[in-house]
Amino acid sequence: MKFIRWLSGFIFLAGLIIIIFAFLKVSAPSKLMLFLLICFLLSLFRVLKGPTAADRSVATDIFGILVIGFCAILAVYTGKDWYMDIAIAWGLQSFIGVLALAKFLEGRHFDE
Amino acid sequence: MRSRLITFIISLALWLLLSFSLDWPHLLVGVSVALFVALSMGDMFTDSPHKWFSLRRYWWFIVFVAVFTWECLKANIDVAIRVLHPKLPINPGIVKIKTTLKSETGKTFLANFITLTPGTLSVDIGDEDNCLYVHWIDVKTQDPDAAYKIIALRFERILKEVFE
Amino acid sequence: MNDIIALIFIVVGIAFDLFGSIGLVRMPDVYNRLQASTKCVTLGTCGILFGVFVKFGFSAAGVKALLCILFLLLTAPVSAHALARGAHKSGVKLWEKSVCDKYLEDEAGNKQ
Repeated sequence: MKFIRWLSGFIFLAGLIIIIFAFLKVSAPSKLMLFLLICFLLSLFRVLKGPTAADRSVATDIFGILVIGFCAILAVYTGKDWYMDIAIAWGLQSFIGVLALAKFLEGRHFDE
Repeated sequence: MRSRLITFIISLALWLLLSFSLDWPHLLVGVSVALFVALSMGDMFTDSPHKWFSLRRYWWFIVFVAVFTWECLKANIDVAIRVLHPKLPINPGIVKIKTTLKSETGKTFLANFITLTPGTLSVDIGDEDNCLYVHWIDVKTQDPDAAYKIIALRFERILKEVFE
Repeated sequence: MNDIIALIFIVVGIAFDLFGSIGLVRMPDVYNRLQASTKCVTLGTCGILFGVFVKFGFSAAGVKALLCILFLLLTAPVSAHALARGAHKSGVKLWEKSVCDKYLEDEAGNKQ
């Protein structure tokens, strides 16, 4: 049963990767961004499904880190410098947000 | 006073790297903001400023960065193998390890380091007797001293040189 | 030449991001998810940012990428630690096949 689930997931991901590499007629940087979009989809799946609030917070944290990588790739392939500013600001803001979420999970007040 | 000086230098350097230009308006804004930060909360930044002036610590810090990079790569390959394996070979549990580091900064860096090395994640720092609670993805032993030898001993020597 | 090295770093980083997101979906409980995803996604995003640094060299964007790596390496373990502690305090149990939970035992001992 477990092996069947592993196999179905493997076939799903491998199929997506083969479709992106072989059949889509887009440029190479867009293919890299599509790979990152698969990561976003997986973490959003955890946000939707996660049984407890802690799972959703973890997925949100991972989502924030992935956005930094996405901004970096955009900076390379458009040649605009200011995407790196967005990346730094997003990273710091998401760090503060995750700390607030962790405090909230712990059941304490924010000013402690 | 020395603590305020260190804060001023670090914040000014950070501003210059972020703006990346040496025009006089940038310099003026940077110097004034760094002065404000240093005067308002410079004394919270470090409690032992003399440690910042010895060159030997910087040398050991470079060694620390090299060891850190290597361990981080090993950790990632380990996690990738575990994640892609069909049987999901994990054996998790929370164990307790003792540490001999005294300073707060040293303990913080040890906890961060444990989080990014193979198979371990620090959960909490114990209050009274210098212990760390570590979530271990593949528990080999439950004894605090034996676990300490496996997880933390190789890094603590370097961290002691840098921070103590 | 620089472009090829940068591309290699970016591709390796995206691969590690993908592994981390798969770990986020496959692992059985909060702590294992946090463990797999934090390590892989942090190193993957650092790889992408280092690729950006190789591409741009010592210009404004490249130095910003290096600073972003520094922030990420400092903040990602801290937020993982805070989330793990918050999850444990809010009463999320470990996976049922886990070996031991010394933290729970010690907390119960302290309360008595």
